[in-house]
Amino acid sequence: MIKKLSNLTIDGRAAAGIAFGALMLSVLHATDNLPAGLVRLDESLVPPFALWLDAAFNYIKDDLGLLVLTRTLTGGLEALLDASANIFYGKRRWPNIGPIPWAALAGVMAVIGYYLGGWRLAVLAGGTFVWTALVGQWKIAMQTVSVLTVAVPLAFIIGISLGIWAWKSKRVDTALRPILSVLQTLPFFTYLLPAVIFFKVGPTAGAVATTIYAIPPMILMTTLGLKKVPPEIVEAGKMSGCTRWQMLRHVFIPAARTEILVGVNQVIMLCLAMVVLTAFIGMPGLGAKLLAMMGSFKLGRSLEIGITIVLVAVTLDRLSKAWVIKQPEHFERGTSWFKRHQTFCMAVVVFVGLSIAAQFIEILAEIGRKQNFSQGKLLDTNIKAFLDIQIVKDVTFFLRAFFNVKVLIPFRDFLLFIPTSAFILFVVAFALSIGGRRQAVYAAVFFSLVALSGWWDRSVITLYSVLAAVFIASILGVPLGIFAAGSEKWSRRVLLGCDTAQTFPSFVYLIPAIMLFGITDIAVIFSILIFAMVPLTRYTIEGLRAVPPELIEAADMSGAGRLQKLRNVRLPLAMPTMAIGFNQAIMFAFFMVIIAAFIGTQDLGQELQRTLAGTDLGKNFVLGFCVALMALTFDMTLLSWARAKKKVLGLD
Amino acid sequence: MTKIPVISCKNVWKIFGPNPEKYLAGMPATHSYDDIRSDGYIAGVKDVTLDVVPGEILVIMGLSGSGKSTLVRCFSRLHTITSGVIEIEGQDITRLAEKDLIALRREKMGMVFQSFGLLPHRTVLENVAFPLEMRGQDKHERIERAMEVVKLVGLEGREDYFPRELSGGQQQRVGIARSLAIEPDIWFLDEPFSALDPLIRREMQDEFLRLQEILGKTIVFITHDFDEAIRLADRIAIMKDGAVEQCDAPDRIVLNPATDYVRKFTEDIDKARVVKAAALARKTATGSGTPVDGKQTLRALAPALVRDTRDIIPVQAKGKVIGGMKRTDALEILLSN
Repeated sequence: MIKKLSNLTIDGRAAAGIAFGALMLSVLHATDNLPAGLVRLDESLVPPFALWLDAAFNYIKDDLGLLVLTRTLTGGLEALLDASANIFYGKRRWPNIGPIPWAALAGVMAVIGYYLGGWRLAVLAGGTFVWTALVGQWKIAMQTVSVLTVAVPLAFIIGISLGIWAWKSKRVDTALRPILSVLQTLPFFTYLLPAVIFFKVGPTAGAVATTIYAIPPMILMTTLGLKKVPPEIVEAGKMSGCTRWQMLRHVFIPAARTEILVGVNQVIMLCLAMVVLTAFIGMPGLGAKLLAMMGSFKLGRSLEIGITIVLVAVTLDRLSKAWVIKQPEHFERGTSWFKRHQTFCMAVVVFVGLSIAAQFIEILAEIGRKQNFSQGKLLDTNIKAFLDIQIVKDVTFFLRAFFNVKVLIPFRDFLLFIPTSAFILFVVAFALSIGGRRQAVYAAVFFSLVALSGWWDRSVITLYSVLAAVFIASILGVPLGIFAAGSEKWSRRVLLGCDTAQTFPSFVYLIPAIMLFGITDIAVIFSILIFAMVPLTRYTIEGLRAVPPELIEAADMSGAGRLQKLRNVRLPLAMPTMAIGFNQAIMFAFFMVIIAAFIGTQDLGQELQRTLAGTDLGKNFVLGFCVALMALTFDMTLLSWARAKKKVLGLD
Repeated sequence: MTKIPVISCKNVWKIFGPNPEKYLAGMPATHSYDDIRSDGYIAGVKDVTLDVVPGEILVIMGLSGSGKSTLVRCFSRLHTITSGVIEIEGQDITRLAEKDLIALRREKMGMVFQSFGLLPHRTVLENVAFPLEMRGQDKHERIERAMEVVKLVGLEGREDYFPRELSGGQQQRVGIARSLAIEPDIWFLDEPFSALDPLIRREMQDEFLRLQEILGKTIVFITHDFDEAIRLADRIAIMKDGAVEQCDAPDRIVLNPATDYVRKFTEDIDKARVVKAAALARKTATGSGTPVDGKQTLRALAPALVRDTRDIIPVQAKGKVIGGMKRTDALEILLSN
């Protein structure tokens, strides 16, 4: 302990020293005394990473024949996608039985909802699909759903297999872990271009990128679940004479059911979030429509599509979460087959009944252009009228004029002013004081790589958006969390809100941002900020609620007042959990800032989005890695701090 | 004893650590548990030699961390031992191939766990039938057999419930039923009643004795509760730091503790409830008059002993007088607590 303490102070002093050095460098720069090479890396020193990567990719692609392999796979995948496309929206491909009448699908969804979670979920699931049909978005929604029905099972199968493998073999586990953490911080746009190059533009590439993006959490949850199986259940299995395969099939996987299903939930949600974004590489569906509508500033229609996406997301999330907690029920001996399989029978009856009905009543099969209830135009006028109200106008104008001009832009310029060398040192000092030596070394290496990439200014602008948004998000989110944690009722409400907001595909966060602030920096910050506020608020509540009641009672008996309790007992103990929330907020922000490129930014996201149009794989990866490296630096530093703090507080 | 042991272990060691075989080979024989620990290894089982004879209940006793659970897991090879020999019915199990080991477990062994180890996704009946299913028994047959065992443990009517719908005592009945489904010869019970309330525990002990009356298995029973041990045991093995301190019949452990540790362990026990007349019988003087039953505890004999005026009271077993018990010896034990 003593050794540890002295270590801390040594690290602390070193961090202060490094920060001071960085400050001196900045001052020197301000007085024009810093050599130019330390201000920005000389262009000629930037290694041609993009060219090297391109060469490597070309080698793998052509010489090693990966392209042949992937193009072969494309064939199979295309067949699957075509089949599901046929079933869901009647694309003219094998098996030529679709499309399913919308009423039949909505009915079946309602039955599934009822089975998993009673009437409320039945209404939610059925209602979502009825809404989709009624507002005339059935076909585009089904385009999205048809990709999901291929991508989700694929990601599940690959994820669970790799998860089992990593659990069985220590070596695979150690090899996979760093890859997974890089994969989880790589911006989604980086997945898109290789997918396009290897799997053709359109649904196949979209499905591949989506699948790959959704695999990591499945792997992690599978390994976690298998590791958590109680040893006595394992021993009971062995003593029952299970072979290895029987152990896996009958003992481990069923006993890890909860974690595996949580993994499934995450796969579904990630797939949905991603499949919407694949609009950027020409995947038809809800995402593409939203992109088009936002591009032409049709806010009413955008809002309607946004609502559909959100409804689909909430439905899928609630259904799969209900499945997680759904426990098998026992039937008394002699219960009839029909009673035992009630849901299944009901679903079949509803499906067949409505499908037959749709043959005669056309409106049940398809709701035409003229028949739908879309109120896009009206909404549009209303939104524009709302934005025209003087007060709203004043507020948004103030935010744009004052906040943007006086706060955000100066902050950005300040960050850009700091010499590269000083910037890296600041980050290293931060990592050293918070995370420790190891994290400091990573920070130094990672940020130096970013400097070497030649995209320094754009990286700093990216970082600026992230920091500004997370800062504002914590000013808003943390007090909200503290307030909500004060009462059971409000914690529940706000947590439910966070839960729901977290299921929204990131793309829809752009809608209110653009609506309120148009195409400005503020809109970018705003969309990141609402996205990042969710984990901040959530973990603040969870951290505060998890403080052991004995400690609060002890503080009460020591005569601590409300604020004293908060400052001296509750907040310090909640800090490690809040740090995880903070970390997630930063990760979310890095994710969102890239997507916000759609609004028009000058950062890495913009460049990344531009590469999608070409075949510039090397540049695409360099940009992607810049984002990932910055994100990883924060991720490792903050998580290491939270871990250390938890240990010290004995919270594990 | 003349019977061939069912389980026989000789100089069994189980050491946990980075490289146990190599460490044990190079370790001086005089190393104590603490010496081993300061080298970064844990002696789970330390040089244990022990036989279990057919039909007996051997209770392994000790505090937590004493190695009792480890030892029983060595018997079933859930742990592979570091050195020594363990024979089950004459067959050295440390050398069995995986296939044969699985066969051995499928045919001969049953085990009950402290926290039940039930599969949460299977009903009572499916849990009980699980070992039968694993060995590929036909569905109809295994359901029939599982029902039989479910009835035996008194869970009839609950066979379609899931474990979470049962109380702790009922869950352990399922665990017991599952371990008995394959009709094992050897029955391991690892603190089966420790997780239960005292009242239920008592009831389950009675249930256990009832079952053993019917089944007559060879049993290795683990507990940290000395009262439970003397209630159930034919013999008790007391463990400390991985080693067996003493292995003997309960009354002999109480009367002649082999080590200070055992003495301390048995100090608070009401000896009169453990010691039976037979243990005090000496062949040198048989005394005269009506003999007392050697199987009775001194506590049970207390009223008679107080009234009896003989100095030496004959003790009989199976209708034959086996020796005489000094009344003063008996009274001393009776009054010692």
